This record gives sequence, C-alpha cells and structure tokens, in this order.
Amino acid sequence: MSYKNIWSQAPSAEVVNTPTRFGRALGKYAVIVSDACNNCLRCVAICPENVFHTQGSKLAVPRDHLCLGMECSRKTNRCVSNCPQNAIRVGYNSSSQALGDSRWTPELLMSAWHMAETGQLPKSDIEYRVGATEGGFDKLRFRFPKKPPKRDIDVESIDTSISLNKRHDGRHEISIPIPVYGGGMSFGSISQTTMLSRIRAFAAWGSFTCTGEGGYPEALYPFDDHIITQVATGLFGVKEETIQRVKIVEFKYAQGAKPGLGGHLLGSKVTEAVARIRETVPGSSLFSPFPFHSVYSVEDHKKHVDWIKAINTKALVSVKVSTPSDVDMVAIGSYYAGAHIVHLDGSYGGTGAAPDVAKKNIAMPIEYAIPKVHNFLVNEGVRDQVTLIASGGIRTAYDIAKAIALGADGVVTGTPELVALECIRCHNCESGRGCARGIATTDLELVALMDLAWGTQRIINLLSCWRDQLRQILYKLGLSSIKELVGKTEVLSHLDYSSNVQDDDMRVAGK
Amino acid sequence: MPKKYHIHVHATPNRFPVIGRSGIVDWGEGCLKCAKCVKTECVYGVYKARRFSTDIFGDTIDQLCKSCFRCVQGCPKRLIHKTINPEWESLGDDLYTPETIAITWTQAETGSIPVSGAGYGGKFSGPGFDSMWTDMSEIVRPTRDGIHGREYISTIVEIGRKPFRLEFSEQGHLVTKLPSAIRLPIPIIFDMFPFGDISDNVWRSTALAASRLQTLVFLPLSEAKKLSEFKDNLVPIFSPSQIESLADVSQFRMIEIHDEPSTLNLLSKNKSDNPDQIVSVRMEALSGKSQLKKALQYCEAGIDLIHYVADERGYEPSIENGLHIKDVIKEIHNSMVRATFRDEVSFLVSGGIAMAEHVIKAILCGANMVGIDIPLLIALECRVCRNCREGGQCPVSIAKIDPAYGADRMVNLIGAWHNQLLEMMGAMGIREVRRLRGEQGRVMFRENLENDTFAQLFMDSDS
Repeated sequence: MSYKNIWSQAPSAEVVNTPTRFGRALGKYAVIVSDACNNCLRCVAICPENVFHTQGSKLAVPRDHLCLGMECSRKTNRCVSNCPQNAIRVGYNSSSQALGDSRWTPELLMSAWHMAETGQLPKSDIEYRVGATEGGFDKLRFRFPKKPPKRDIDVESIDTSISLNKRHDGRHEISIPIPVYGGGMSFGSISQTTMLSRIRAFAAWGSFTCTGEGGYPEALYPFDDHIITQVATGLFGVKEETIQRVKIVEFKYAQGAKPGLGGHLLGSKVTEAVARIRETVPGSSLFSPFPFHSVYSVEDHKKHVDWIKAINTKALVSVKVSTPSDVDMVAIGSYYAGAHIVHLDGSYGGTGAAPDVAKKNIAMPIEYAIPKVHNFLVNEGVRDQVTLIASGGIRTAYDIAKAIALGADGVVTGTPELVALECIRCHNCESGRGCARGIATTDLELVALMDLAWGTQRIINLLSCWRDQLRQILYKLGLSSIKELVGKTEVLSHLDYSSNVQDDDMRVAGK
Repeated sequence: MPKKYHIHVHATPNRFPVIGRSGIVDWGEGCLKCAKCVKTECVYGVYKARRFSTDIFGDTIDQLCKSCFRCVQGCPKRLIHKTINPEWESLGDDLYTPETIAITWTQAETGSIPVSGAGYGGKFSGPGFDSMWTDMSEIVRPTRDGIHGREYISTIVEIGRKPFRLEFSEQGHLVTKLPSAIRLPIPIIFDMFPFGDISDNVWRSTALAASRLQTLVFLPLSEAKKLSEFKDNLVPIFSPSQIESLADVSQFRMIEIHDEPSTLNLLSKNKSDNPDQIVSVRMEALSGKSQLKKALQYCEAGIDLIHYVADERGYEPSIENGLHIKDVIKEIHNSMVRATFRDEVSFLVSGGIAMAEHVIKAILCGANMVGIDIPLLIALECRVCRNCREGGQCPVSIAKIDPAYGADRMVNLIGAWHNQLLEMMGAMGIREVRRLRGEQGRVMFRENLENDTFAQLFMDSDS
C-alpha cells in the first residue's frame, strides 16, 4: 500500500456534515428529558430535525442545538405533546446567554457554528445576519423588492467571482470565485492546524489566505498558489525565497485592531517552532515596531512596492492599511505606488493580542471608510483599476454583501473562520495556554484538540453557506453578478435615516 | 531632552476576591461520577484552584473561569451550566460599567496595560467619549514608536501663565519676568472625590501616590492642612469666605478658589500678596455665554488655571440632558483661542474621566490636563455602589486602607494609564502631549462621520 499524502491536497468544496468536537453543541434552546422517559423512542421518529437519537436501545442526550424552539415543540405533531410519558420539556438554554459579546452575539456564534456544521442556514429563529453593536453593519438592512425581479437565470448561475488584478499589467490575472479571502493570521498567533485548515478551505474554494507576519512554514508549500505572504514591520520570516513562492504579496502597514501600533506576540506563545520560523528566541515576547522605519512618505512606499515587484515579476501587490481620517489619501497614494489591491482594515478588526485601548478607540470603523475611499477613487478616475478590499468586523454573508454595496470589491475575513472552528470569543488568545479550544494556541497539548480534516471541512461549509446566501441576496436584488453590487448603496437602508425599513431575512422576505 | 519619566509599578493584589462576569452552576443530581470528570480536565485548573471536590454539588462564581465552555459542553449528563453573575451586572452605572470597573481593578493590581485577544466586542459607539475615535498616522505621516522606548514621547504639561512674548534689553538680556509655573510629568491630577468613605488614610494614600507620581491632589483646605509633609503636591480648595486671610494658605505652591462673586477680588489681592502662588478657579462645567464670559473675566484678571468640573458622569452639572464634557471643552477652548488667552492660561477638566482614553480625548477637545476621582477609588477596590452616600457601609472598607498599600494601587493605575497615553499618542504620531491640546482635526467624531456617510447616503432615500 502506498502512502497517500492527504493533508497536502485541497479537498473539494463540497459540504459534509461536521458536528462539534466538544461533546454537545451549544444551542439557543435546551431539550430536557425527565426520568419518566421509558425509551419508547417516539420522539426519535417524530422530530424532523433529528434532535433525538439513540444510544444502543436508549434515548441519548438530545442534540438540542438543532431544536427549532418552543413554538415547534408545542405543535400537536411534535415531541412535547406526543410524548406518552410527558417527559419532554423545551426551554431556553441559559448557558448560551453567557456566550459572546455585542459584536458576536450568542446567536451569531450559534448560527456560524450551525453553518460550519451543516453548510446550511439555521432553521430556528436565531439571528444569523447582524450583531448587537447598534451601529455600522448592524443598522443596515437590504431593501429586497417584494417580489424578486423576473429573471430567466437561476440562482445557481449567479456569478460571485471578483478580479484581483484590475490593472491588467502583465502580472497574474487572478479571479477568485467568492468575493472573500482569508486575512493574515500568523503561525504563532494560531496553530499550524488552524492555519492549514483555513488555507485548505480557501484553496478548496479557489481563493487565498494570507500568512500574516509569522513566516512561511514548510507545511504551507503545497498551497503556494493559494497563499498571500505578508511583509509587515517586524519582517519576521520575510525571505526572498518566500516572496517568490506566491502569487500575491501583502504589505501590512497597519492592523485595524491596533492601528498605529506594532504587532504583539507574547512570550508564552513563542515556542521552539515559532521562534525558528521567525528567527527569534523561544519564550521571548515579540513586538513588531511601528511603522516601517523605511517608509515615511508615499515615495518611500513606492520603493517598497517596486522592491517586491522586482523580486517577483509576476506577483500582485496588496497594501493593507488601517483607517485614519485621511484614509482616502493613503488609498490613492497606494494606488499610484503601484498596488493592485488596496486593503482597508477597519478599527473593529480581529487580533491575537492588542491593547484594549487601541481596539476600541483608534481609527474609524470600516463602515465609514469604505464609502469614503470608494467615492474618492471614483472621483479620481482610478476606481476601475484597483481592487478595493475591506476587512475589520466582517462576520456574516450579510456583512460581506453590505461592504460590497458600500463600495468594496470584496472582503477579507479572519474571525468567522475561527468561529467555524468553534472559537467562543472568550478573548483569551493572547496567552500561550489561553485558547482552551485549541485554535489560537501553540501549546502542543491544546493544538492536538483539533484535527486538520475536521477544521478544513468546517470552514468549507461556512464558505459554502456564505456563497449560497450571497447568491440569494443578488437574486432577490435582481443582479446576476456580485460585481454589479459594488457601490450600489440604493439597495440598502439604514435604521436611523430611512423610513419603511423592512426585515431582510432571506428565509422570510420575498417568499 | 528632559529626563525620561517612568512610573515604577509592582504587583499589588486585591484585598477582596474580585467579582467575575459569569459563574459555573453545577447541578449535582444525576451525576454519573465519571472516572475522568470534565472538571478535572479544565485547562485553567479552575476547579482545582477552588479546591472543590468534583463529586459534590457546587457552584462557583469567580474570576478564575475563563468561559471556554469546555466543561459545559463536555459533561455527558449536561449538569454544568454557565450563568451571568447578577452581582456583576449590578456593578456600577452607565459610565463605570462592570467591564470598566473590572479592568480598572486589574490595572491597579498589575500596573500593566490591559491586552486581550480577539477584536473589540463592545458597542459600535456610545454616548460621551465613546462617540470619538482618535486618529492614527499611516504612510503619509510618521508615527512615533514610543511604547517600546525607541522614541521619547513626553507627557509633560505646565500650570501657570505663559507670557505672550519675551522682551530683551539692548544688551540681549531677558527683561520679561517669567511667571512661576508648576510642571507635571503627566496631564493627570487627582481631584476631590464625589463620594466615598474618605478617611485620613484614603487622603494619605492619595497624597503619597501624587508625590511619587509628581502630580497634584486637589482637596479641601482642612484636609490639606493635615498633610503638611506633602504640601508641594497639595492644592487646597476653598471658598473666599472660608479663610480669614490669604496668609492661611500662603504655604502652598498652588490654591484653588471656588467660583463665587468675591473670588475675583480675592484673586487680585492674592496677585499682590503672593505673586508667585499659582491660582486656580473651580467652576461648574457649563456651556453657554454667561459661563464663558465669567471664565474670560478670570483670564483677564490673571488667573493661572481654569478648572471646569462636570458631574460624576461627565455631563453639565445639575442640568437635565446637559451636554457632555467633550462639547463643553470644545466650546470654551475655542472661545479662549478667539480671545487670545488660550496659550496664556491653563485649562483643567474633571468629572467623568473614567478610563485612560478619556484623558487623550479630553485633551484633544481642548483641555491641557484632566482631573480624576472615582477611578482612584476603584483602584482601592471601590465597587461604585454609592452605599456610602446614604451612610451605608462600604463593602470593601475603603476607610481602613493602609496608606502605603493604597498608594501602590493608585500608582499602578496611573502607570498603566500613562502607557496607554503613550500608545495612543504614538499611533497619532504626536510626541508631546502639549501638541495634542485642542487638535480637534485629529479626532473623528461620530456625528461628523455619520453626516458625511450614512446620513448623506440614506437620508433622502425614501422621500
């Protein structure tokens, strides 16, 4: 029997049911079966959502995260009223209220877990579109026409691809089939399994993932064509050799979670392997400086871009910047310096570790920055030659579509993939043994909690569900391509300014 | 370059267990007594640290649990649950939220900047200072790498009048007499506490901390007299009627007089009696013409410092739906600029400064420096329950605090804040806190961003 190296291949982008790796999944509702149960198993036959299942000949602990809630359970043909022993009770799962935060509410977390498990939208009433931050994306709603415009094409043929090289300058002509690629998360801030899960899932979808500022571990080599390597201020792990491996190179000038500040990797996460890749000392905290001490003007910046272009004559160059008050000037400067992709990272973006004061207070949220930069580039007459990418707080397919409607071509995500891997938003990722779920850790014991095939599939499922939702949104708006949505703000309304704001739940609206 | 200011901090543990956000509720009935109970597998060793037997019923509401939910998901009989701690939810108020109080406790304990993983989890924006985002520098403007000591960022401010110009004799000697000034290494002073069981020990903690930090405590005259060994760091506050003669207060470098009808007279008398003493006037932080007019009168009469005091939450005192201090600061700053007093007279603001970011934001609006009050009490483990106001007992016995211990906690807090100021200034590319004053163009106000984007895009969409 010959050895088959499975991990080095990207799997196909098909949905495969992939349940939780931690015992029972967390859901909004709790299904409680009392001792009166006599294992007649009528509930197993009755429930269409497969909440009930058996262990041997007995009823197992219910999979209550699939439960549709009290309303369903009370129907005459469902579990509660049909249990001969009156042993079933359905209520709220109080533990779920202790999950998450305003940005990632308990329901958003649970809906993302559901998508990662099943590749489908949750059927219960949990919120899967917006969080509870009371601003930005959470106040925007789509204006779906009452009846979808008559069309001869079916949903399946709607185009969600975007182009990453709009300069057509002889470098790689890259088009990705979904308007999203994976943002920079370094080896060290996350485990190699997490890194590879993301890379393999985005590769399965024909998209890209950025390495972040932690070097280019050898395990990534099979996926060179789907990797963006990052050049950041610490230059950790940056080598000519790695720049030549890839099709896209990203300059990280700043990160939205800590704009104007360098990266942090606390000592407890700098293991032998991390230190080797970064060419540093194990156990010693790493702080990237800020800014690039060789860049104090757009002219200096152009020298940087020229440097990369000379080392790799086919690669596209992305410039990742945060959102200062003059972000429009930064964007146009990047364009004239030769960038193919201008990547704006808004102030509520993710991070492995950042000072709280920076996460909350510095630079503007992405929702303001996108239209500001889009309109500026349009007025300058260069919008069609640059790919504008937004990140920093993109959680859902609705966020993606809203970002594009506000003026971006596509988005970069990071946190949603980690949520797909069952991140629970406990905010402890800065420390070595902080991530009890084995995602953002380099501790060998915790890393072993996650299997690569499982992680890859969870993210594939999430991306699949996002693609389906994007197609639904476009279909309802009467558009045949995501490219038509760019800057089309008239399809949005705002809770504070528009009247007659409608519910844009695609499971209800326009049916 | 001035000697680098560094605040020495060291770990100073709490006296009382802190109140955690959520707890674990463990429902013993039906326990299978698994050989390998999920509780023994806790990554953080929470159950071991609490010395609970895994086999008995127990609930734990504490700061040890990091909410990873592994035990909740792992228990085969679903006997372990998480719940929000009601005591946590009832902590503090709108400004001093449970999160703010807890993070202040941690800073007073450790002296370090709060750092955490994952993006910001709070609301998009909020009232008051939460509707401002500070600017950063990027590519087209250099930032400053202050926090790691690669570049020096100064937080020095001065109290005292500045001459408009310098005059020199024909021989080139300076003839302008330079007025006296007090130089503070941080733009933060300690102001009177709006509530609290404030014993002599608490005042002594505060004075000790201020002297170590080289800043000032603003306190009642009667208290100031008891702490004469710290007199250079004390600013007694009094009404004109409270003193018999100015000789009563002449031993202090600086005094603060309540804004009353006779204050102007007292000020001009003090100018001749104690010309080197710095004088501040304590005014209510009110918007509107009459208060501005009064402030400008004090400027004209030679006041060194205008001190605006907002209510505890940072709003105009005793006015329903009053303006937030950020707007009051902008108004007076801009009028002082117009009246050409702005560079001569210092401006201090207090009330509602709850977090390090508020210091930067108040200065960006136009203050030279800020005063803090309740955060110092929180450093002493205050829970902002305000029981003391009704004569109730303090749950953490603040009055009994050991002065040296209390001072350590306050120094830790300011040490952590100082580093946060450096972070925010470095990100803006500003190397001098004096350059930050009134830089309203380096702030993004929510109302402006909303008007420039969403209001324009969506306001007329339906009409």
